[in-house]
Amino acid sequence: MSNGDRPLSPHLQIYAWQWTMALSILHRASGVGLAVGTVIMVWWLMALANGASAFDVVQTVIAHWFGKLCLLGWTWALFYHLCNGIRHLVWDTGRGFELDTARNSGYLVFAASVVFTVLAWIAGYSAMGGM
Amino acid sequence: MSLRSPLGRVRGLGSAKSGTEHFWMQRVTAVALIPLTLWFVYSVIALAGEDHATATAWLQAPTTAVLMIVMIAATFHHMQLGLQVVIEDYVHGEGVKIASLMVMKGASLLLAVAAAFAVLKVAFGG
Ligand code: HEM
Repeated sequence: MSNGDRPLSPHLQIYAWQWTMALSILHRASGVGLAVGTVIMVWWLMALANGASAFDVVQTVIAHWFGKLCLLGWTWALFYHLCNGIRHLVWDTGRGFELDTARNSGYLVFAASVVFTVLAWIAGYSAMGGM
Repeated sequence: MSLRSPLGRVRGLGSAKSGTEHFWMQRVTAVALIPLTLWFVYSVIALAGEDHATATAWLQAPTTAVLMIVMIAATFHHMQLGLQVVIEDYVHGEGVKIASLMVMKGASLLLAVAAAFAVLKVAFGG
């Protein structure tokens, strides 16, 4: 079946880097990031099942600045992947492919993911009774 | 007895070795995950800084336990389908590819079962 004559698209490096391309690879990156994050979720649930002392260990690790940084990254990955996932689902209906529509929906998704992340963390801190 | 016709069974087994099943399940789980993950994030925020007793009480509520199990199923099914595509795109040697897929699918299943077991253990008060 191999056909050496068929036209090939140029390699990825040939293309000028564009905003929509960055968002596209970010969907994959956030998906993989979320997959790594599930390990934390499972650890948290197992600790909850294992009793108070195991649970305290997880809570302490999460409360550490590095734990919080991971959690912040995870929150953003989730909101980005969720918003851009909805964008994907709209595309699946055949809509939204016009160049400026695709660019604008990209801006919207990116802005929404940042806003939702900030709101979630404000809500989290106020649930804990402030800083 | 299968109600599928021989043609139906054969279809979807071309060189890709599957039909639209993979694509479709990725979308179905994605749609399910929109409300489920929003609910989960909301719950985690409400539990921020709370102790073991409070988190246990939360998970023991039947609504919570059921939604958690459903979220776990949707998440790991979606995740495993998604990671499969990533591996197929970047890992080219046939042997390494199959091995990577097996490890990834095994790990996904292990995580899913561990998560669901933990939820049930807490929910049934163990
Ligand atoms: C919150 C709701 C979610 C929505 C709406 C959503 C939506 C989607 C969609 C539409 C795709 C297919 C994209 C494509 O065809 O290129 C996808 C891919 C993927 N998703 Fe999600 N997803 C969600 C949550 C998650 C979660 C929680 C995880 C991980 C635990 C995850 C991991 C992945 C992975 C690894 C991929 C494959 C990425 C790729 O092929 O480039 N998703 N998601």
